Amino acid sequence: MTIAELQATNEQDAPEKFEDFLNQHMDRGLLRFSTAGSVDDGKSTLIGRLLHDTKGIYDDQLAALKNSRLNRSSGPIDFSLLTDGLKAEREQGITIDVAYRYFATPKRKFIIADTPGHEQYTRNMATGASTADLAIVLIDAIAFERKGGLLPQSRRHTFLAALLGIPHVVAAVNKMDLAGYDETRFRVIEAEYQAFARELGLNNVVVIPISALAGDNIVERGAEMPWYTGPTLLEQLEGAELEPEDVQGRALRFPIQLVLRPNMEFRGYAGQVASGVVRQGDRVVALPSGRETTVKRIVTWDGDLTVARNGQSVTLELADEIDLSRGEMLVAPKARPHMARHFAASVVWMHEEPLKLGASYVVKHSTRSVRARVAAIRHRVDIHTMEKVPATTLAMNDIAVVEFEAAKPLFFDAYAENRATGNFILIDPITNATVGAAMLTEALEEETAGRTRVLPVLVHAKGKPELAATVAKALRARGQAVVNLDDEHIGDAGFAAALRATQLAGAIGVTTREGLPVGELEAFLEGEQVLTAADEERLARQLGLTEAELDWAI
Amino acid sequence: MSTVSTVVEQTDALRERALPSLSHLQALEAESIHILREAVAEFAKPVMLYSIGKDSSVMLRLAQKAFYPGPIPFPLLHVDTSYKFPEMIAFRDGYAKEIGAELLVHRNEEAIASGANPHTLGTQNCCGLLKTRSLLDGLAEGGYDAAFGGARRDEEKSRAKERVYSFRDGAGQWDPKNQRPELWNIYNSRLRKGESIRVFPLSNWTELDIWLYIHMEKIPIVPLYFAKERLVVERGGSLIVHYDHLPLLPGETPKPVMCRMRSLGCLPCTGAIRSEADTLPKIIEEMLAFRRSERENRVIDHDEEGSMEVKKREGYF
Repeated sequence: MTIAELQATNEQDAPEKFEDFLNQHMDRGLLRFSTAGSVDDGKSTLIGRLLHDTKGIYDDQLAALKNSRLNRSSGPIDFSLLTDGLKAEREQGITIDVAYRYFATPKRKFIIADTPGHEQYTRNMATGASTADLAIVLIDAIAFERKGGLLPQSRRHTFLAALLGIPHVVAAVNKMDLAGYDETRFRVIEAEYQAFARELGLNNVVVIPISALAGDNIVERGAEMPWYTGPTLLEQLEGAELEPEDVQGRALRFPIQLVLRPNMEFRGYAGQVASGVVRQGDRVVALPSGRETTVKRIVTWDGDLTVARNGQSVTLELADEIDLSRGEMLVAPKARPHMARHFAASVVWMHEEPLKLGASYVVKHSTRSVRARVAAIRHRVDIHTMEKVPATTLAMNDIAVVEFEAAKPLFFDAYAENRATGNFILIDPITNATVGAAMLTEALEEETAGRTRVLPVLVHAKGKPELAATVAKALRARGQAVVNLDDEHIGDAGFAAALRATQLAGAIGVTTREGLPVGELEAFLEGEQVLTAADEERLARQLGLTEAELDWAI
Repeated sequence: MSTVSTVVEQTDALRERALPSLSHLQALEAESIHILREAVAEFAKPVMLYSIGKDSSVMLRLAQKAFYPGPIPFPLLHVDTSYKFPEMIAFRDGYAKEIGAELLVHRNEEAIASGANPHTLGTQNCCGLLKTRSLLDGLAEGGYDAAFGGARRDEEKSRAKERVYSFRDGAGQWDPKNQRPELWNIYNSRLRKGESIRVFPLSNWTELDIWLYIHMEKIPIVPLYFAKERLVVERGGSLIVHYDHLPLLPGETPKPVMCRMRSLGCLPCTGAIRSEADTLPKIIEEMLAFRRSERENRVIDHDEEGSMEVKKREGYF
C-alpha cells in the first residue's frame, strides 16, 4: 500500500486507523543503499524516479524545478536536478560528492548514498558504500551493446561493492525503453553480469531490467516487460534481509566511547554495541588488560535493559573495578578478536598526496587512535583488469593491500567476517586530512592480552612537585625507568623532542610544568596516554600506586 | 548432511537467540547518541547550538540520553536575533531550567541597537548580521572547537552533501570542496588551532522522523507548532503572526486565523500555515498530506537559487 492509499483509508475511518499507521511507521526498519553510476547511465534520473514515485518529492520542490534556469532534460521535469546538490555541480552538470537522500514507504525507511561514477571519484564511492546494506549498480543497456560488454565503471562499482562488503548487490539494467524492452537483449547482459559477479565472490546478485525515464520495474511494474517476473527495484529494496548473515550470532564487541562518572557511586562505560549481543550477567573480557568481569547493569535513560544488541547505544556498569578507558574494548571471553600491532588491510587511498612506504599515519579504528607505519605494500589492484601489480606509493583512488606496524595494538576482526570491527580510516598527522580507508584482512603477529601493560608516556603533575616525586619513586621501585622533564634547559620548543626520546628509551616522563606544548605533542602522541594529576584515581590505577602513597602526595 | 529435523532445530535455536532488529527510529537514535558521545570524547570544548525549534528539542533529548545518568556535559548556545517569537524565548528559559542545562544567549547587540531589520536591510543582510555574524562571534568568544547543530540533510539540497562532522576553517567558513570523506561510523576530529567542526547528530533524520520521535518520546515543544486562532497579517503571500508591539504596513489589518508554525525562525520572516492540527497525531497526519516542504515558508531560503549554499559558505548553518 502506498502512503497515498493509506491516507485515503485514513480519511475514511480515522482515528484508530491513523494510530495504526503511526505504529506501523515507528516499527519499520531502516535500509541504507548506495547507488553508483555516471550521469549518462541515468543514475540521477533513477533516484529522482524512486523519490517521485514513492511520493518522496514535495510539490513545491517540484514547482521550483519546473522554473529552474538549468533544466537539462527535454521533458517537463529533470529528475536529476533533484539530486545534484551544489551550485558548482549544477553548472558543470556533474555530481562530485556523495549526497544523501531519504524516502520512506510504509515498510521501510531508506537512506540513499548517491555517489558519482567518474573514475577519479572512487573515494566517494567507497564512502557511500561503507555504510550501505545494499548497492545498486547501474548498467546502461545501450552502452553495453555498443561496447559489446560491461563498461569499466560497472566493473569498478561491482568490485568496490564486493571490497566494501555490501551484503546485497542489485544490478539495474537501465534504458530498456531504448532497447525495445527486448528480453533476449536483457538476458545477454544479465548472463555476463552474473558471471562477473561470481568471479568477485558475489553470489546473491539480482539483475532487474528497468527504464528510469519511463518508470518500468522501479516502483510500478509497467506493461512493457511481461516476460520479467522477478522483483521490481522497490520490491527488492523493501524485501532485502537487513541482516542476511547471522549477525546476532557474532561475538560481542563493545568499544568504549567514554567513561561516565557523574558521582562516586557510578562508573559506566558508554558505547555502541558494534557486534553481537550483551546481556546482564554476561562474562566479558576487557582488552588490552585481559581482565574478566561481569556485566552488572545495562543502563539507559529509558531504564535498565536485560539485553542489548548490535547497533544499540548503551552504558555498561561492570561488577568489578577494572582498568578500562576510551579506545579499549569489552569482548566475549570465548570469541576474542585479533589483538595485534602488525596487521594487513585493503586500503582505498583518498588523497592527492600519495601514500608512501615507510610513512607514518594515524589509524583510527572504532574508538581507538594509534600511530602506524606503512611497513609494506604487498600489491596494488588494477581496478580495470583486477590484476595485482607491485607498488611503492599509492595515488588517489588506488586500491592496495598494505601491511602496517602500529605503536599499540588494535582489537579487530577481519572485515570479511565483521564489518563493524574490521575497518579503519587513515589520517595524515600533519594536515589532519582523512587520507585513506581500510578493510582489515589479517593479524600478522598476535599479542597476548594483559601481557603488555599499557603505561602512560607522560605523567603531568602540574604544580605538584611532591606528587611528581612520589610517582617517580614508586615507579622506580617497581623497576620502571622514569625521566624528570622539568629541567629548565628543556623549553617548550624542546619538550616534545625530549618526551619522544624518553618514550623511545622505554621510560615514562614526569613533569610539574604549568603548560604543555599541546600542538607539538599531538604530532606524535597519537593514542598515547598523558595522565594528569587531576584524575587521582586513574593515576593510581594505571601506575599501580597505593592509595596511601597518593594521599601523602596530594 | 542435513535432515528436515536438524534444519528445524537450527531454526528454533536461531529464533530463540534472535532479538527483533532495531526500528528505524531506534537505529537513528542510537546513531545520534554515538555521534554525540564521540564528539564529547574527542573535542576540548563542545557547545550545542540550540535554536528552540523541534529539531533542537530532539537533539537535546538525545543529549540527555547519551550522557545519562550524568548531566549534559556542554552548554547550550542560543543565537538570539531579537526577532524571535516571545513564546520561543519563554519556552527556552523554562525548559533549560527544568532539565538543568546550562544556557548561554548570544546577541549581536551592536547591530540590534543600530536597528538591523529585514525590511530595510533585506533578508540576506539581516541574517548575515544577526545570525551568521552573531553565531561566529558567539563561537569565537567561547573558544568552542565543536558546535552541535540540529540540521538535517533532507531539509535542503545543499545540505544533502553535508558531513556529520562539517569542517570549518579559522574564519568559521565552509568549503564544500575541502570536506573530509566520512566512512562507516568513524569521524575525524583532528583540528589545528582556530579550526572547528560543526557536528550534526540529526543528519539522517527526516522531518517525519522528528515528528514521530517527538510523539513517541513525548518531547515538549514550543506551543507555536500547534494550531490555534492567532492574529495574522498577510504579507507577500505569507501569514505573519501579529504582536501588538510590531508595526503594520499601510493597508494591513490583523485578522484571526486558525494557524500554526511549521518551522520556527524570526517573527518577520517565518510564515504560519493555515491548519487545524492541534495535536501531534494531527500534525503528523497533516504533514503526510502536505506534500510541501517545510522550508517553503521561510523567506530566507528563496532569495536566490542556491541561497542556502551561499549562507553556508559564509558560516551560517
